[in-house]
Amino acid sequence: MMEAAVKPAPAATTSERPYLQIAGLVKKFGDNFAVDHVDLTIRQHEIFALLGSSGCGKSTLLRMLAGMERPTSGKVILDGQDITMLAPYDRPINMMFQSYALFPHMSVEENIAFGLVEDKLPKGEINARVMEMLDLVQLRKYAKRKPYQLSGGQQQRVALARSLAKRPKLLLLDEPLGALDKKLRQQTQLELVNTLEKVGVTCIMVTHDQEEAMTMATRIGIMSDGHLLQVGSPSEIYEYPNCRFTAEFIGETNLFPGQVVVDEPDRVEIESAQLGSRILIDHGITGPKGMEVWTSIRPEDVRLDRRPPANSHNAAQGKVEDIAYLGSFSIYHIKLASGKVVKSTVPSSRWYEAGEEPPTWGDPVFVSWRSDLPVVLTR
Amino acid sequence: MDLKRLLKRVKPGRGAVIGLPYLWLMVFFLIPFLIVLKISFAAQDVAIPPFTHLVSYGDDGTLNIALNLANFQFILTDALYADTYLSSLRVAFVTTLCCLLIGYPIAYAIARARPEIRNGLLLAVMLPFWTSFLLRVYAWMGLLNQNGLINQFLMATGIVHEPLQLFHNDFSLYLVMVYAYLPFMILPLYSHLVKMDLRLLEAANDLGARPLRAFWKITLPLSKNGIIAGAMMVFIPAVGEFVIPELVGGSDTLMIGKVLWNEFFDNNNWPMASAVATFMVLLLIVPIALFHRFETRQLEGEKHV
Repeated sequence: MMEAAVKPAPAATTSERPYLQIAGLVKKFGDNFAVDHVDLTIRQHEIFALLGSSGCGKSTLLRMLAGMERPTSGKVILDGQDITMLAPYDRPINMMFQSYALFPHMSVEENIAFGLVEDKLPKGEINARVMEMLDLVQLRKYAKRKPYQLSGGQQQRVALARSLAKRPKLLLLDEPLGALDKKLRQQTQLELVNTLEKVGVTCIMVTHDQEEAMTMATRIGIMSDGHLLQVGSPSEIYEYPNCRFTAEFIGETNLFPGQVVVDEPDRVEIESAQLGSRILIDHGITGPKGMEVWTSIRPEDVRLDRRPPANSHNAAQGKVEDIAYLGSFSIYHIKLASGKVVKSTVPSSRWYEAGEEPPTWGDPVFVSWRSDLPVVLTR
Repeated sequence: MDLKRLLKRVKPGRGAVIGLPYLWLMVFFLIPFLIVLKISFAAQDVAIPPFTHLVSYGDDGTLNIALNLANFQFILTDALYADTYLSSLRVAFVTTLCCLLIGYPIAYAIARARPEIRNGLLLAVMLPFWTSFLLRVYAWMGLLNQNGLINQFLMATGIVHEPLQLFHNDFSLYLVMVYAYLPFMILPLYSHLVKMDLRLLEAANDLGARPLRAFWKITLPLSKNGIIAGAMMVFIPAVGEFVIPELVGGSDTLMIGKVLWNEFFDNNNWPMASAVATFMVLLLIVPIALFHRFETRQLEGEKHV
C-alpha cells in the first residue's frame, strides 16, 4: 500500500462509535457500476457531503440509503440495525428531494404533517410537531398556503421541515440548494447548517457544488465513477488531496507529471519535463525510483517574481500570458518554455510592498515555490 | 419596446384567431339553437314546414305574436318525459361510472408503461376511431345477436345449450355505451397521469406511505381534474345518445334521443321535438358550465403544479 499524500494528514477523530456503516455497497445498472464497492462510516450528528460531478454515483448511493434503489450487494447498517433491504417506508430515514417534491394539492402544514399522519400519531401530537417544525423554519404565517404560492427559498424550507418532522435517525439531502439561484444559495447554506445543527440530526447530503460542500459539511467524500476516492474534512481534502481527481476537483491546482529521481528519507527530487527543472520536496515518499508521479501545487503557493529566485529547483521562467484581476488579488497565467501554463494567485499588495510595477502581458517572469508546499500524488 | 410594437401590429391577427372559433360557434351552434328554440314555441301545423309562425300580421293590421307554451307544459306534466330524462341521466351516469372504473386502470397502466411502448398503447386506444362508429355498433350486433358469434361459440363448445339473451337489453346497452365512450375517458385521464411527477410518490414512500396509500393520497387527488374532464366527456354526449339505445338497447329503454326521433319523424311534431331538445340542452348546460369552470381553473393551476 502506498501512502499517496506526502504530508502526514492529521489523524481523524475516531473516538465516537460509528452510527451509519456502509460496507462494500455496489449498485450495477446492466453491466455498469453506478456505485462500486463503497465503504463509508458516518458518526452521529455529522453533516457529511458526497461531492462529485453528475453521473459519479452519488445520487444512486443516496437513493440506496433511502431505500429507493436496491443494492446489488453490500450492507447498510444504521444505529446497529441492518437496513439494506428495508423498504423506504420502513426506514427511519427521511429525504429532502432535489426539487423538493412537495405535494402540490396539500397546504404547507399538510405537507409537513404527511409523514406523521402516516405514522398514525395522535392528532394533538401531530399539530404540536407541525407547529414546532413551522417555527424551526420560520414559516408559521404560511401554514395554510399551497406550495405554488411560496418562493423557492420558502419551498426549500417546507421540504426541510417535512423531512425533519418525523425526527429521522438520518436525513438525506439531495442537492439541497440546487434549485435556488446563486445569491440565495450562499445565504441559505449557513441558515440550513444552523437549522441542522440545532436539530442535531445526522445528515448526508449530495452536491456537485464544492463551495456548498466545503461550507456546510463537517466531512466530505469525493466520488468519481462510482468510487469513493477520498474522505476527509474540507481542509484535509483541500490541503492533502490523495489523487489527481481530488486535487483538480477541489479548488484550482497546477499538476506536473514527472519521475522520482532521488528518494531519500528527507528529500525527494522529481524530474519534470514540463517544469524544465527538478522539483524538490523536503520530506520523503515511499516509492521506487523512476516511479511516475504528479506534483500538485496550488496557485496561491506559487510565487511570482521578476528576478530569478535563488534556487534552481522548484522554479521556472515563463511569460505572462493572461491576467485575471479580481480586486484584492490577481490570477496570473504563466506560460513556461515547455508550453505548460502555470497559474499563480498574487495578492495585489505584493507588488506595492516590493515597490515594483506589476508584470503585464508578455513580461518575462519566474515562478517558484517552497519545497514544503507541493503534494505528490501517485494516482 | 420593439416587442411592444410587434404585439400592437399583431393585434388584428389575434382578434381573428379568437374571433374565428366564436364565429364558428355562432353559426353552427348558437343560431341553430335559436331556431330550435323558436320552433319549440310554435304549434304543430299541416304545412311546409310543419309548424305555425310565431309572428304574423292580422288582416286588420295588428301584429300577432303567438307563443305556444303547450309543448313545455306537456313535457312538465306528462310523466313520460320526466321518466325519459331521468332514464337518460341514469344511463349516462352508469356509463360514466363504468368508463371511469375500467378506464382509470388502463390510463394508469399506459401512463406508467415504458415510454417507448406508451405511444403504441395510446394508438390502440384510439384505433377504433379509424372505423365508422355505426359500423362498430353493427359489429356488436353481430356479436351479441341470438345467432351471433358469441352465442354460436358458446353453443358449439357446449357451455350453454340455449342461446343467451345478450341483445336488446340493459346489458347490451351498457356494454356498447361503455365500449364506445371508453376512449373519451382514458385520454384525459392519461394526459393527467402521465405528467405527474413520480418523485412525489417517492417522497410519499419516504415519509412512510406504502404504495397503495401513496396512490390514494397523492395520485388520485392529483388526477382529480382528469377524472372530471373524462367524466364530462363521457356524460354529456351519453345523455343525448340515440344510435346505441336504438340499435342495441331494449325496446323499453327510454332515452331522450329516441323520444326526439319519434317526435320528429313518427309524429312529425317539430315543435314538440324542439321543446324536448331545448329542455335537454338546459339540462346539460349545468354540467357543461361546471366542466368549463374546471377547465379554466385547471389552466390556471397548470402554471403552478
